[in-house]
Amino acid sequence: MSVKPGAELLTGGLGMEVGVRKELARRRRPFEQFMHGALWLCGAISILTTIGIVYMLGQEALLFFRRPEVRLTEFLTSWTWQPQTLQFGIWPLVNATMGASLIAMALALPLGLLIAIYLSEYADARARRILKPVLEVLAGIPTVVYGYFALTFVTPILRNLFGIEVVEIFNIASAGLVIGVLVLPTVTSMSEDALRAVPVALREAAVGLGATRLETSVRVVVPAALSGISAAFIVAMSRAVGETMIVAVAAGAGPRNFAGWGEALGGLKALNLFQSAETMTGHIVRISGGDISYDSLDYDSLFAIGLLLFLMTLGLNIFSRAIARRFRERYD
Amino acid sequence: MVVSHVNGTTAGGGYALTASHLQVWYGDFHAVSDVSLEVPTHRITAMIGPSGCGKSTILRTFNRMNDLVDTARVEGSVHYRGVDIYGPDVDPVEVRRRIGMVFQKPNPFPKSIFENVAWGPRIHGFKGDMEQLVEACLRRVVLWDEVKDKLNQSGLSLSGGQQQRLCIARAIAVQPDIVLMDEPCSALDPIATLHIEELMRDLAAQYTIVVVTHNMQQAARVSDYTAFFSVIPETRTGELVEVGPTDRIFDSPEEPRTNDYITGRFG
Repeated sequence: MSVKPGAELLTGGLGMEVGVRKELARRRRPFEQFMHGALWLCGAISILTTIGIVYMLGQEALLFFRRPEVRLTEFLTSWTWQPQTLQFGIWPLVNATMGASLIAMALALPLGLLIAIYLSEYADARARRILKPVLEVLAGIPTVVYGYFALTFVTPILRNLFGIEVVEIFNIASAGLVIGVLVLPTVTSMSEDALRAVPVALREAAVGLGATRLETSVRVVVPAALSGISAAFIVAMSRAVGETMIVAVAAGAGPRNFAGWGEALGGLKALNLFQSAETMTGHIVRISGGDISYDSLDYDSLFAIGLLLFLMTLGLNIFSRAIARRFRERYD
Repeated sequence: MVVSHVNGTTAGGGYALTASHLQVWYGDFHAVSDVSLEVPTHRITAMIGPSGCGKSTILRTFNRMNDLVDTARVEGSVHYRGVDIYGPDVDPVEVRRRIGMVFQKPNPFPKSIFENVAWGPRIHGFKGDMEQLVEACLRRVVLWDEVKDKLNQSGLSLSGGQQQRLCIARAIAVQPDIVLMDEPCSALDPIATLHIEELMRDLAAQYTIVVVTHNMQQAARVSDYTAFFSVIPETRTGELVEVGPTDRIFDSPEEPRTNDYITGRFG
């Protein structure tokens, strides 16, 4: 179809206008419409999956809380998780999960960010060519291998350092450290992407003022990349909270219970990370691994733990986003 | 190669920068060949020429910005107050503090207007009254009245012309001797361009300015000296064709290529 030259259009009159109207008429593009629908469906599937998971978690958790043996207040405040005696206080499990995650993040955040700064601001092409694949290998190791790495390598080191009577064979610290190694590639690569996305013009501005490379990196590039870096931290933290295999192998196979808040926090006993303890995920995988029967109290309790785990990562997400919004420096 | 015709009859006396036999490579690409050029103190020197003639590259050798490019290699020398800034004992960080730079696209930090100006003095350990310094710099670039009530707002909230003046304020806040400007108006509208040009004239009393521009009228309006660069078509290597007082370069250029360019016959 060709467009007629202008002169003809001007002299063409009414008949010409009809022709142009036909040329410009809205056309059906079935393939476009089909693809539009197909892509919408793909988006919808991810949302529906999320809704489905939340619904299932919520429904099963509700069954748990409806049981006469279970009281919500006890669940939320007690330091004893002992299904055999019908005591369902979540704090021992939450405490172990938070302990392992905080140790992991204390290792992975600073180290990951420093590696990212090195890769993005200092390393030449050759150093990057070596370091990046190594980090990728780290990300590809199965978590069960990490679990035994914690148990048979890191734990003996901790026991040598701090004493065999102080550090138990199964302990939270060792598992936490190795979770830190596990999430290190995530922190590094996402932070590096964020740093690299900062426009070169900002680095030039700083360097042009007589800033050193370190001043440029720390006082211009990192603040400008903060929103991406905090996204890296969120993802890593969520992963650490949800990590299962490492804690199942290396952290211990039983909740570390306390009589109450006084005993748990009074002597800071609950904060001792060198003792064995069971995390939320560790408990779920141990209980569900055996011959658990549907509709049993144990079975339902797992969903309550799962729901809380989900809410924790969700809360972390929202919190970190708020922090990032508050402190980030928009450069676009 | 054409040696400078500038004869040293300048108010401040002497030259702020003396480049001799400068050559720049990017990897195997010979970007600029054999530039010798003197930059008179407290004057505005414009570097003009067609795209790819190496004028920005040469500007960036004047404060060792090319060090940031891994593949860049510089030969020859640039003397600043008698010292070759490419000498083995010279710290490029100290060079850039004294020879500042303003870039083509305004690039304020994503920080407050105040912090943009205070950033340089702060990293250099400025101990005096920061508010006073920031105000003085913003007044110097005729931006104070427009921003004095919103110093805590982001520098990026300003218009393009205001941003560029903020960048100039930021550059002079570390009290450099020389300010290099790399096409400072090319991203600005004509009114903002006019403001920057007036500001450059004003700043020349205190600073030596080297400005790269692809706008010949701008060079004619604002500069005291003009260096005309061109590009060798076969090798795409840039070279200095002619340098001299701006009036002479525009009225009676010695080189036919300069004449062709300024009369608009090419470039």
